[in-house]
Amino acid sequence: MIQRVGQTSEFDEAVLVAQAQQGGAEAFTELVNRYERNIFRLARHITQNPEDAEDVLQETFMKAYEHLVDFQGNSKFYTWLVRIAVNQSLMKLRKRKTDASVSLDEPYDTGEETVTREIAVWDPNPELTYSREEMREILEKAVESLPPVFRTVFVLRDIEELSTEETAALLNLSIPAVKSRLLRARLRLREKLTRYFKRKGEDLFGYM
Amino acid sequence: MVTCKDFLSELNEYLDDECREDVRKELEAHLNECPNCWVICDTTKKTVEIYRGMESYPVPPAVHDRLLTALRKKCEAPPQT
Repeated sequence: MIQRVGQTSEFDEAVLVAQAQQGGAEAFTELVNRYERNIFRLARHITQNPEDAEDVLQETFMKAYEHLVDFQGNSKFYTWLVRIAVNQSLMKLRKRKTDASVSLDEPYDTGEETVTREIAVWDPNPELTYSREEMREILEKAVESLPPVFRTVFVLRDIEELSTEETAALLNLSIPAVKSRLLRARLRLREKLTRYFKRKGEDLFGYM
Repeated sequence: MVTCKDFLSELNEYLDDECREDVRKELEAHLNECPNCWVICDTTKKTVEIYRGMESYPVPPAVHDRLLTALRKKCEAPPQT
C-alpha cells in the first residue's frame, strides 16, 4: 500500500521498517521520501545553516540505515529518526559556534518571561497583508532570533509536535525545564510576531 | 485571586489544555477581567497555531539525489546483523 508522502500510517510505517530491516532498499527509500522534508526542516531550524542542514539530512538517513537493526519498534520510527537528527544538528551547532551561547544547559531562569512589552490585538487575516513567502520569512526570522536553548525546545514541541516527555528525553532536560523554555520561547515569538501582525490604525492596549 | 503573573505562568498549560478544571475556571475568570492577559493569551495561541500550520521546506532536488545516491551505495552492502 503506497501512501502520499507526509500522511502517516503507523501500520504502514512498521511494514516499511520491517522490509527495510530485511535489506529492502525500496522500503527505505519510501521512508526517506516520507520524512526527508520534516528532517530537513528540523535541521534547518536547529542549525540555522542550509549547508549544515543538508549534511544533517544525509547523515541522519545514513545513520538510520546503518543502525536499522537496532531499531526495536518501541518508539515510532519517525521519533527515532528525529532523535538522530537532533543529535547531528546539535553537533553541527556546537562545532560552528564554540562560544557558551549554544550550550543547552545555560542558565535560563532570567525572570524575563513576564516581561511583555508589546500588547496589541492581531489583524484577523495577516495572510491578506503578507504573501506566503513573506509570511514564511517572518516566521523563520522570528525563530532564528531565539537563543538555541529556547529555539530547540520550541522546534521540537510546536513545529515537530513532539510531546513534552519526548522533547525532555531527546534533549536530556527535565520536564519542568522543557515547559519553562517552551513558555519563554512562545512569549518571545508572540512579541516578535506582534510587530508584524498587530492590527493597524489603533494602538490597543499599548502598555500593560 | 489569580494575578497576571500567575496567569502567564500557567499560560502553556491553559493553551495546551493541560490544567485541572478548577484552575482553568480561575484562569478564565481572570481572562474575562484582564484585557492585557486576554490579548497575550489570544496572540500566543495564534503564534502556536501559525507555526503548526507552517509548511516544511522542500528538499532541493540535488540534495535529495545526493542522499539517494549515497544510500544506494550503502545498500550494496546490506545492513549490519
